[in-house]
Amino acid sequence: MLLAVLLPFIIAIIIPFVSKWKDKIHTGYFVTIVPVIIFIYFVRFIGSGFEPVMREYSWIPSLNMNFAFHLDGLSLLFVLLISGIGALVAFYSIFYLHKSEQLGHFYVYFLIFMGSMLGVVLSDNVFVLYSFWEFTSLSSFLLIGFWNFKKESRYGALKSMLITVFGGLSLLGALVFMSVLTNTTSIREMISQQQLILNSEFFPLILVLLLLGAFTKSAQFPFHIWLPDAMEAPTPVSAYLHSATMVKAGIYLVARYSPMMSANEWFFIIVSTFGIVTLCWGSYMAVRQTDLKGILAFSTISQLGMIMAMLGFGTDIALFAAVFHILNHATFKGSLFMVAGIVDHETGTRDIRKLGGLMTYLPITATLAVFASFSMAGVPLPFLNGFYSKEFFFDSALHLEAANTGISGVLQAAVPYLAVLGSIFTFVYSMYFFFGTFRGKAKLDQLPKKPHEAPIGMLVSPIVLVLGVIIIGLFPSLINKPFIEHAASAVAGTTVEKSIYFWHGFLYPPLILSITVLVFGVILYLSRRVWMPVYNVVPGILSMNKFYDGAVDRLENYSFTITKGYMNGSIGRYVRLILAAILIVTFAFMAMTGGFSINTDNLADFTIAELLVAITMVVAAIGTILTNNRITAILILGVVGYGLAMLFVFYRAPDLALTQLIIETVTVALFLLVFYHLPKLGKKEESASTRVLNLIISIGFGAMMTMVAISSHSTKLFESISSYFVDNTYELGGGDNMVNVILVDFRGLDTFFEIVVLGIAAMAIYAMIRLRQDKKEEE
Amino acid sequence: MELIMAVLAGILFTTGIYNLLQKQLLRIIIGTALISHGAHLFILTMGELKRGAPPILTEGIENYTDPLPQALILTSIVISFGVTSLLLVLAYRASQVNGTDNMEQLRGNDYE
Repeated sequence: MLLAVLLPFIIAIIIPFVSKWKDKIHTGYFVTIVPVIIFIYFVRFIGSGFEPVMREYSWIPSLNMNFAFHLDGLSLLFVLLISGIGALVAFYSIFYLHKSEQLGHFYVYFLIFMGSMLGVVLSDNVFVLYSFWEFTSLSSFLLIGFWNFKKESRYGALKSMLITVFGGLSLLGALVFMSVLTNTTSIREMISQQQLILNSEFFPLILVLLLLGAFTKSAQFPFHIWLPDAMEAPTPVSAYLHSATMVKAGIYLVARYSPMMSANEWFFIIVSTFGIVTLCWGSYMAVRQTDLKGILAFSTISQLGMIMAMLGFGTDIALFAAVFHILNHATFKGSLFMVAGIVDHETGTRDIRKLGGLMTYLPITATLAVFASFSMAGVPLPFLNGFYSKEFFFDSALHLEAANTGISGVLQAAVPYLAVLGSIFTFVYSMYFFFGTFRGKAKLDQLPKKPHEAPIGMLVSPIVLVLGVIIIGLFPSLINKPFIEHAASAVAGTTVEKSIYFWHGFLYPPLILSITVLVFGVILYLSRRVWMPVYNVVPGILSMNKFYDGAVDRLENYSFTITKGYMNGSIGRYVRLILAAILIVTFAFMAMTGGFSINTDNLADFTIAELLVAITMVVAAIGTILTNNRITAILILGVVGYGLAMLFVFYRAPDLALTQLIIETVTVALFLLVFYHLPKLGKKEESASTRVLNLIISIGFGAMMTMVAISSHSTKLFESISSYFVDNTYELGGGDNMVNVILVDFRGLDTFFEIVVLGIAAMAIYAMIRLRQDKKEEE
Repeated sequence: MELIMAVLAGILFTTGIYNLLQKQLLRIIIGTALISHGAHLFILTMGELKRGAPPILTEGIENYTDPLPQALILTSIVISFGVTSLLLVLAYRASQVNGTDNMEQLRGNDYE
């Protein structure tokens, strides 16, 4: 199972090499094999006797981060969707993307996405899940921005990234809370200890954070705004990421935690409300779109809202309908996206105002679109799977098992009406999509290309998906027992058994609702020119997009202003800022913790000789500032160095004294060699205020160091480790001189790196001098 | 004596930092040299001064000064020598190429 998840990543590494031969063979062929293999591996798990499988592979055991993969019914459903749709989309993309595109990049992102998505739905470890989750956001960003020469692509990519990563961080917060509360990183163990989380005072926060993560990813109102802009991605990507799989990651997350969270009333209220509002808003907005993919984007939003709402309902039938609809939605929406891609590819436009009457030019595509869009609309015909799940949806909306009081009560009463309302608009946009594109009068003069039927390779994938629509419609029991029931049981936490029938009799309430939708839908579709102006009122001026754009613009402006404020290119200023920050932090910390202490008990004797040396050094050090003569400055710097050597003698450090003497001599010599080539020390021409500021900073820093030195001498928090070296120098190092033994033996690696540093410095010096000479010779 | 040494280290830091904040490269290099002197003294003061014999094992002596700060300082002296010499040559090159050693004029261009 680990291999199945890692396979896309492994192949992704190979793709850049394979894509070199893209002139001979389209890279997509290699990529298509990957999901096919994964699909075959997982499809054998389907069956009535399916039992969850657990596999664990160590990764970072010390942090409790392991590749723990848990395959239950829900994961199996998603895994098969990811690999199945993945295979079809990869195959479709072979014909969609021309060889002149950067295929290598595309397929690497594609495979990274596939692998991470598999990781999300299989991981039992929350932090592994989170890592994969962010990887899907990242690959989605890269794929949306694939045509990065287009401004809209970059805009859409950034938008999706900002919104989903914001959600991802909230999710991380929720996961950290839960894992701290239950002291485990495993989702299953969290659920088994659900009381700890449900009764925690942090539960409202956890719920909100978790749902924020799920809602942003699954484009729930009001976070849906990134999805329409994500349609700038190549159509195979839209079909795969932004309809069938990635946007369902949020659904997956809610479903995964639903056995635990649904015990709380607020889970029902929040998830159902957001879901049903998204359903209505998405379908309402879809009718307004003029871009084919825009219609599909809003339609996806509304369908996701519907699934989300059903997960919120939490009844057995609702959960069953939710997982059933996840599958159905993937089939009909996937094929519709591919149809939109074909139309775009063959006519050169996706603007529905220019399209129309394409049925005679693209007969096969039109046929596919009929099935898919009617299934999406929920037209009551026995060979359309969308109808079944839509009917389950109505059924569950009518049979909520929530409390009759308070907000839940209101919600319970409102849900059936909102469900019908959303479905009416769903019907309208489905019809709009199909009839607007394929029926009516052809406007060939407005099309950039003369339309003709797509190549057969491009048709294969949508045909397979539409066959799925029909087969599930005709024989729902084929997938019910072995597949859907397991998934629904995994979400419910208990066994769910449902049978799917087409016909329940005339007085079956959901059927009446379906027919209501049908009637009102037809009326609204036919009269749409009359009521379209309503869109000028709602959403009108106030839209989430404006809010997002304004927020991003302002953030950019603010950060630009702030950065410009301190990054003005003057290095002196940067140094001042850094030093001031160090000062403030250290002094504040000292003041807060009472860190400064002075202890005069244990001091060395005071001698005049040392004091004289010290005074000489002080005078010399100050002299370096006052003098304007280069040689004087260098020589008195030497005085400080020799004074230090003298102090080393006093303090019984013979090695240091010797080294310091030699180094100081060499340094002074070096200064004298170089100074001749440097400009003379000029008068300091800075203003008085700068001078005072410099003085304050430097005196402050000196005072800080003095205080730290005194405090550290006065407080002994730990026993010194020096006695170890004193005791063991001879036994372990075999030498009498402790300092030398420490350097070459105990801390030998330090010394080794010290030599490396010197070597690098020497090379750099050599290079700087040599390069100049070579240049001169050339001149 | 430790107190005086701590103050001396502080003064070395003060003069070093003040030099570092100047505009001319030569002064900046002098500043770094002073700071490293200050740092060495600082490390030495953090141990105990003048307790016991120099840290060389000798018959009959039990009490030695702390060898660890000395080892650290020895490494540091050599490294600061490397830094100083590199900076010197860098300053030399910079002033040769750009014709100035004033840091305020050695800025990045506007397109960064």
